[in-house]
Amino acid sequence: MELHDVWFVLIAVLWTGYFFLEGFDFGVGILTKLLARDRPERRVLINTIGPVWDGNEVWLLAAGGATFAAFPEWYATLFSGFYLPLLIILVCLIVRGVAFEYRAKRPEENWQRNWETAIFWTSLIPAFLWGVAFGNIVGGVKIDQDFEYVGSLWDLLNPYALLGGLVTLTLFTFHGAVFTALKTVGDIRVRARKLALQVGLITAVLASIFLLWTQVDSGDGQSLVALIVAVASLVTALAANQAGREGWSFALSGLTIVAAVAMLFLSLFPDVMPSSLNEDWSLTVTNASSSPYTLKIMTWCAAIATPIVVLYQSWTYWVFRKRIGTQHIAADAAAGAVH
Amino acid sequence: MDLALAPETLARWQFGITTVYHFLFVPLTISLAALTAGLETAWVRTEKEKYLKATKFWGKLFLINIAMGVVTGIVQEFQFGMNWSDYSRFVGDIFGAPLAFEALIAFFFESTFIGLWIFGWDKLPKKIHLACMWMVSIGTILSAYFILAANSWMQHPVGYKINEEKGRAELTDFWLVLTQNTALAQAFHTLSAAFLTGGAFMVGISAFHLLRKRHIREMKTSLRLGLVTVAVGGLLTAVSGDTLGKIMYEQQPMKMAAAEALWDGEAPAPFSVFAYGDVEKGHNKVAIEIPGLLSFLAKDDFSSYVPGINDVNKAEQEQFGPGDYRPNIPVAYWGFRWMIGFGMTSFTIGLVGLWLTRKKFMLPQHLRVADDEVPHLVLFRKKPLGPTLTKWYWRIAIWTLAFPLIANSWGWIFTETGRQPWVVYGVLQTRDAVSPGVSQGEILTSMIVFTSLYAILAVIEVKLLAKYVKAGPPELTEADLNPPTKIGGDSRDADKPMAFSY
Repeated sequence: MELHDVWFVLIAVLWTGYFFLEGFDFGVGILTKLLARDRPERRVLINTIGPVWDGNEVWLLAAGGATFAAFPEWYATLFSGFYLPLLIILVCLIVRGVAFEYRAKRPEENWQRNWETAIFWTSLIPAFLWGVAFGNIVGGVKIDQDFEYVGSLWDLLNPYALLGGLVTLTLFTFHGAVFTALKTVGDIRVRARKLALQVGLITAVLASIFLLWTQVDSGDGQSLVALIVAVASLVTALAANQAGREGWSFALSGLTIVAAVAMLFLSLFPDVMPSSLNEDWSLTVTNASSSPYTLKIMTWCAAIATPIVVLYQSWTYWVFRKRIGTQHIAADAAAGAVH
Repeated sequence: MDLALAPETLARWQFGITTVYHFLFVPLTISLAALTAGLETAWVRTEKEKYLKATKFWGKLFLINIAMGVVTGIVQEFQFGMNWSDYSRFVGDIFGAPLAFEALIAFFFESTFIGLWIFGWDKLPKKIHLACMWMVSIGTILSAYFILAANSWMQHPVGYKINEEKGRAELTDFWLVLTQNTALAQAFHTLSAAFLTGGAFMVGISAFHLLRKRHIREMKTSLRLGLVTVAVGGLLTAVSGDTLGKIMYEQQPMKMAAAEALWDGEAPAPFSVFAYGDVEKGHNKVAIEIPGLLSFLAKDDFSSYVPGINDVNKAEQEQFGPGDYRPNIPVAYWGFRWMIGFGMTSFTIGLVGLWLTRKKFMLPQHLRVADDEVPHLVLFRKKPLGPTLTKWYWRIAIWTLAFPLIANSWGWIFTETGRQPWVVYGVLQTRDAVSPGVSQGEILTSMIVFTSLYAILAVIEVKLLAKYVKAGPPELTEADLNPPTKIGGDSRDADKPMAFSY
């Protein structure tokens, strides 16, 4: 296995980390409208991810930075090509971060409601757009011989990519619902499980179609295994959810994300961004990668830093392991924020 | 095509706007993280309540600020790919690595431990809670170092070779990129300026409360801490600025000649106090100068030759082919002066404050005050400032609290525009760095979107800061004074509300 293949795997790992972690916190953001009935319940939801959302989001920056370093051509083509969708995602992430931090810092009803609305939309839109983006990466887009994206915005909104968007949207919502069931107590926990079942069934249908479509288009034996793992773990996650095994359900919905991302990357390899115009113009792990020297340095950095990150982030989840319910949220929102 | 709307111009404006905006939050984040951690350390060691109150107060302002720093930083990570794809293709092999290091090492550190610190008051024993803030502080400093190393490579490319076949620059010595003198001097200069910024912020806000005789205990402590930070930070900023200037005279003589509007080389070279010139003809119409000082700034003596703009332009034309290698001279000239002027004004105000509020043992008995009284501002031994002058000192401290922010912004504008027309000095020109596939409409859209979003957020942020500044330090609760002894919190009451919630 050459270094650029190692880096293909590492990029996949970083994106997997991002979708696993920010996946549930996008989902929780969506549940603030879908599940919560009043402000205290919305606050319970927001506080399940309060201490961790920021650390989760860094997985995206790591994936972006690592792509820049290991596959500069991929980074350049992807982000200049998917310009407007990426702009929307960035705007959402900016507003979303500020919304979490500022929502409770003023007591006014309007202020809090506006930020809550912002949290919902800025969770929902990126959850959808990341699927569209990956649908386009895997499905292939119009790339010319200079590795420039020459398609239009409308080319990015093709049926396969849009279906990909629906899959990430529903899958993250499901993932968020089982996370909520795992992290809360009281009525909201019961309702989260019910909602997880409904969303999970829709996810199962959409994800199966999307992954099969991918398999037929560009899959191989390995991607078929990943596909089977993804679908099987999703179904088992649903069963665990019904059985009230919340920990298992969350682990399995996470495994679904891991396997689905693995499946997409396996069907991509050895391309990183296939061209739909001419196979010779596709970006591959070889023609898009950095020099062996840079890859070697980056490998050392990632090999040491990533496990440490996983360790201290896991520790964070352990520190905040207690379930929370409406009784844990101080009634005086503004006073709570002043401290 | 109208030049004002050329993609290169638009992309540069967008980069300038988003980066200067991002950098309003960065220096405050770096310095307030360390200062808050310092105050919390004092609380853990002495158990004096004023330190905990001060920690909570400055910690809150720090959080309001870092939220903006974090979200505007996301744009920075992706902007190179969006607007500068040819730059990314050409230098990604080198420039990407420090960015990836920054994300993998520094961003994870900051973002994970900040969550632990915010929500950890009733979940972590106090020493571990304190350690989290120090982790955040280390994260911010590491982050600054990696990105400054990357920027230094654009100022002075080292440790690379050009791969003709692939048409790109490739890394040959990463250690050199991280430790070249440009990177060390830039990091030294930027970090000390960050502390000057945080110190002035602290002094100004403390002065606001002391002028009103409120929260005196906490604000006196904060004032001293702020003044010392301004004095040390300011001194180090000046020293490192001098070092960086000398390095730049070696590495980018054009930038420094532009900073002085020195059109033709002179020996000894004068320092320009004021200049007004004709860029087309390449000379000054009005110039007020201090003889020999520029030679001293550049080469440490009063007689050395310093090359001028016209000389360097000619030399670069011979080396790189026909073209105009001059940056925007008025921006470089005035940017350099605003940077030094605003920064050093803050430094001076801090030094004066440090003298006026010197420790009790240096003062006669009748001028010493108790812990809960506003200090006298004492100019000479036995001679305190009158009430009017005292009031004015506090006011000046309040009004100048943002001076270092202005200085920082001009510093970046100077150093980045002063490098033009190069994006990587001597290697890649800015016009060759933009995304060829991105349309004017797309860049214009994103520029309008980011600028208006940032403007709205600026209003929200400043109002929120003002609210919490005015509110002053919070009253401490029972829970604050009895931090948990076990990680995860003491389980005395399972239904107890969280000490902090969003």
